[in-house]
Amino acid sequence: MNPASLQIEDVAKSYRSQSGELLALASCSIEIAPEELHVIVGPSGCGKTTLLNAVAGFQGIDGGVIRLGGETLCTPERQAEPGADRVVVFQHSTLFPWRTVLDNVTYGPVIQGRRSRAEARSLARERLSQAGLAGLEDRYPAELSSGAQRRVEIVRALVNEPRVLLLDEPFRGMDQITRDLMHEALLELYDRARPTVLFITHDIEEAVFLGSRVTAMSARPGRVKATIEVDLPRPREAGLRASARFNELLADILSLVHDEANRAFVAGDREAA
Amino acid sequence: MSRGAVLRGALGILAFLALWELGARIDAPVVGVLPGPAEVASSFADLVGSGGYWSSWVASGERVLWGFAAAMAVGVPFGLLLAINQRAKALLFPPFEILRPIPPLAWVPLSILFWPTQNLSIEFVIFMGAFYTVVLNVVGGAEQIDRRHVLVARSLGAGTWTVYRRVILPATLPSIATGAVVGMGITWEVVVAAELISGGGGSGGDGGGLGFLLWNAYQGGAIAQVIVCMISLGVAGYASSVAVRVLSERLMPWKEAR
Amino acid sequence: MRRLILGLLGCGLLLGLWYLAVDVLAFGRFGSLPPLGEVLTEWTSHEPVYGTSIFTHNYYADIWVSVRRVLEAFVLAVLLGVPLGLAIGWSRRFRDFTFPVLELIRPIPILAWVPLAILMFPRGEQPVIFLTWLSAFFVMTLNTLLGVQSVDRDLVRAARSLGASPRDVLRTVIVPGALPYVTTGMKIAIGVSWFSLVAGEMVAGQSGLGYLINSSYATVRYPTIVIGMLTLGIVGFATSAAIGALAGRLAPHRTRTAAA
Repeated sequence: MNPASLQIEDVAKSYRSQSGELLALASCSIEIAPEELHVIVGPSGCGKTTLLNAVAGFQGIDGGVIRLGGETLCTPERQAEPGADRVVVFQHSTLFPWRTVLDNVTYGPVIQGRRSRAEARSLARERLSQAGLAGLEDRYPAELSSGAQRRVEIVRALVNEPRVLLLDEPFRGMDQITRDLMHEALLELYDRARPTVLFITHDIEEAVFLGSRVTAMSARPGRVKATIEVDLPRPREAGLRASARFNELLADILSLVHDEANRAFVAGDREAA
Repeated sequence: MSRGAVLRGALGILAFLALWELGARIDAPVVGVLPGPAEVASSFADLVGSGGYWSSWVASGERVLWGFAAAMAVGVPFGLLLAINQRAKALLFPPFEILRPIPPLAWVPLSILFWPTQNLSIEFVIFMGAFYTVVLNVVGGAEQIDRRHVLVARSLGAGTWTVYRRVILPATLPSIATGAVVGMGITWEVVVAAELISGGGGSGGDGGGLGFLLWNAYQGGAIAQVIVCMISLGVAGYASSVAVRVLSERLMPWKEAR
Repeated sequence: MRRLILGLLGCGLLLGLWYLAVDVLAFGRFGSLPPLGEVLTEWTSHEPVYGTSIFTHNYYADIWVSVRRVLEAFVLAVLLGVPLGLAIGWSRRFRDFTFPVLELIRPIPILAWVPLAILMFPRGEQPVIFLTWLSAFFVMTLNTLLGVQSVDRDLVRAARSLGASPRDVLRTVIVPGALPYVTTGMKIAIGVSWFSLVAGEMVAGQSGLGYLINSSYATVRYPTIVIGMLTLGIVGFATSAAIGALAGRLAPHRTRTAAA
């Protein structure tokens, strides 16, 4: 794994809509160090997905610059190209339904030409086994539970040894128990591989439990309200949720985000796609 | 649709027409035997003025209408019966399915033998064309009805007839509509063929239907007119499908547009 | 078991009605129809009165001619229609240019093309194959297009994010993703092919099952009409089943509904 730093400097983005120009992001700056698990949390419509899309290469920006490992990744003039150095895990499952679990995981390395099919398969088996998914290699995604699907997807992403792992509200809509299990699984994979991670969510508890540092964003137009250091020890145990420090952090961020969420609520913001 | 898309579409159509005209003039292979779009346009101008053209529309339109109406009138109840009554389905579906692979036009000779008038024989063939589509769509739709709706109605005191009328029929309406739209498309396919086959060289262009008109034009070597008839048939088929779809959407105000 | 009995009963009922109305009663217009008894004896006779039975050579020749034409046209339609559908679905530019022309031509009933087909492809059975091909071609193109459009755009993004180039995406995501629609299209296309083939043979052919039916009518060999129809039913069913089986093997993980 060769994790990279990610610098988001003064990034702005606006959309053209029927009522004119809509400013989605207004001058956001976030510094993410290598191997850091950085979480962006904020109300709906605050532009956090837009930021992720810009890093991933699915969208461009209208102001500022994004750097990956010190090199320019994305400017208003030049959008980034999607690539395996910044793999994305989406909100809903994007496993290829016509491929088995194993063939899904081998997709990245094979298509990039970095590994032969045989090599990729043995690597995939190893990683799946490490993630507790041994025995599922020849199943189709539709045959798996949603929790298993998500884990396969994360393995599929990590097997490419990305410089940044991007996760866009990946556990959204899951029930509490499954979500907690997913947190454990993600943290285990993270601790083992230590990629740089950018994680988007609107769940503050999730943000504090997972993150090394958490950025709270304002409602539209999105701005960075504050970036908070989460000084909880790793590996993160489930019991941490009850600790005083955890709840302190939770309260801090909650108060930051609450007013913003209220504004967004009143304004009737729709979720950014 | 963006302005760029409209422009490109228009360009594509113009390019097609230009290539056609060119191919017709320079006697290119395949296309060379045809008249160009300019000739077709002038032929159209001529035809529009003549009464025979419009009465052909009416003649074909009538056949389509009757055949289609018959297919709906027989097909919808038949389909509902198959969907609701398991015994009826076990009894009637096999003969239905066995006859289905027979293309509707293969029925033309028997139809001519059986029916006393040409109109009826053509309408019967149209009926055979649309009937299967309608029935299959109705059966498919009715079988997907949530059983619970029926149970709810029953528990509220509805009798069998009421359940049929107030629950099953409205719930099947979208599938009936789909069957109608697709079936209508098929009817125009069939009416042309039926007119060609059953009377090819028969009665002249007056009131004989667009298929007859087309064939007569061909026999008379008026190929530009043939193409005008082709286009007219395309328009007729498209317009009637749209009409059926609009009508069915009116009958189902609760359904979102697809 | 009960269903099988009822099914056979249903078919028997149909045949019985025919027998009753035509053979026995022969009332009104039913008298003009060929009786069931005559059809069956003719079909199974070693010396058929009207020349066609399961023991005559020309019967199988006609069957083969029709089947061959359908398969030729069908294969050509798939070979040309699928790539076109892929192209239209994949490239917005290409779609903008070509789709309007396609949609203007498509509503024209296939059989309205008969005169042009005869003019453009004057040799032998070419017009018939052209007509059959045309109907199947539209079906394949449209269904492939729908298939491409049905592919979740996020799957495309996921593939790109895993390092796939746009061409890789086309090959490894779009094509497999569209496959269920393509196979449904194939099932529809084979049915439409038979429809057009029979019509084409009846109007412009000199051999085949459609021609057999039409010429039997013209030469007053009425039982042979029914033999032709029933044969068409059987052969049509068999080819549809074969294509259905093929389609099932191509897309085992899912089936879909699509447009006709």
